[in-house]
Amino acid sequence: MPHATSNVEHPTFEKFVLPLLTVAVIIATWSAAVKFSGTKIFPSPIAVASAIGTLGEKSLLWRYIADSLTRVFAGYAIAIVAGIPLGFLLGWNASLARAVNPLIQMLRPISPLAWMPLAVIWFGVSNAAPIFLIALASFFPIVVAAMNGVRNVPPMYLQAGRNFGLSTWQLMIRVVIPAVLPRIIVGLRLAFGIAWVVLVAAEMIAVDSGLGYLIIDARNAGKRYDLVVAGMLLIGVIGLLLDTGIRRVEEWISE
Amino acid sequence: MKVQFSDISMRFGAMDVLQDVSIGVEEGEFLCIVGPSGCGKSTLLNIAGGFLSPVKGTVTIDGDPVTGPDRRRIFVFQERGVFPWLTVEGNIGFGLFDLPDEERQRRVAQYVHLVGLEGFEKAYPRELSGGMKQRVEVARALAVNPDVLFLDEPFGALDSITRLQMRSELLRIWRAARKTVLFVTHDIEESVQLADRVVVMSARPGRIRRVVEIDIAHPRDLSSRRYIELRDLIFGEIGLAHQV
Repeated sequence: MPHATSNVEHPTFEKFVLPLLTVAVIIATWSAAVKFSGTKIFPSPIAVASAIGTLGEKSLLWRYIADSLTRVFAGYAIAIVAGIPLGFLLGWNASLARAVNPLIQMLRPISPLAWMPLAVIWFGVSNAAPIFLIALASFFPIVVAAMNGVRNVPPMYLQAGRNFGLSTWQLMIRVVIPAVLPRIIVGLRLAFGIAWVVLVAAEMIAVDSGLGYLIIDARNAGKRYDLVVAGMLLIGVIGLLLDTGIRRVEEWISE
Repeated sequence: MKVQFSDISMRFGAMDVLQDVSIGVEEGEFLCIVGPSGCGKSTLLNIAGGFLSPVKGTVTIDGDPVTGPDRRRIFVFQERGVFPWLTVEGNIGFGLFDLPDEERQRRVAQYVHLVGLEGFEKAYPRELSGGMKQRVEVARALAVNPDVLFLDEPFGALDSITRLQMRSELLRIWRAARKTVLFVTHDIEESVQLADRVVVMSARPGRIRRVVEIDIAHPRDLSSRRYIELRDLIFGEIGLAHQV
């Protein structure tokens, strides 16, 4: 950490003032660029701000955010509930992993967006389609993190646990789970990042609300680029807040 | 005999690791096993601990054949075996899950005291030095009151000063707790400092070359003639002239 000293001296400055300063400079540059170039296809910061304001007044803003969050958390929850137990099973049972892992590794690199046509046919125009895509997208990193975590529990932890007379079940609860928790949390954070990215793309089809829908609808219904950029910014800011939240949980668990 | 190895042979794949190893260990004895690396001394200890089954031969403890791990005989690793998610207290009390809370706390406090970690009860392993972590592991093993301790190069990862301190600590604890100890090391000096008897093993496949009785009373004078004699005897037995 090259800036360790200044960090200690000015923690607030480094953490908040510097990033805010960067944002201010970018907004100023953006504003000036739009003004002097006279472009019609990129909105000024003020236009974007007023677009967000209008959305807020029509109370669309909160509904879209709530819809997006509901979908992302639903899909993510499904991925956790399915992914962690499967990952544990595969990490614990080497022959099962040999049988199933190639399939997982083959499905994993397929972009979740490639499943879109199938999702629409299977689930129609409903919340289920984006939730399915999000669950799918976050499922693989969670399975892989849990599997690798369990597989890499240092053998001497297991040996010590057995030596003290733990049953397999007790070994799971008292040794394996605490030993893999830090790795799983990292996997969960990665998976959430992916889920959030996929959500926006998923909402461009199959649904008529949410932040992804906002962007595609603003373009289709009258080329409202102020709303497009507003949607992008909202996605970025909410993504940042959620990631910060998960990092907090991560720090709290690893003390 | 407390622990009796009878004709133990072990093979991993096509590789013979141990060949016809037979030795008895007396109750309360401190036995060191030394040998060149790869001679199967850790394997021998794992067989006695019930973590591996030999291809031939048996180990009996108190006359009963060893069939698996057992909390009456605890294996101690290098300090990496402590659980990083538990505090010092949590680690030491790990094997005491079937005791009522009060009794467990009493026992934990007793062993915290024995290994000199008072004031660190709530500390996590990452806050401790290597030597302190090793004490936690020894205390965790002793807390379940086993009759045999298996130590597999327990001080191998410590710096040389800490290692010396830990040796005298271990001897103090051994005298206080009166356990049968099987201690594997590749450090000949360490074996002569600690053991009642030293088992010298040959290179793979491991066989017992010689059993050397260390007839020096504790505390041992490391510059005494007898100490140097015995040490050089073992160096010679392993085929190392004692010069660099």
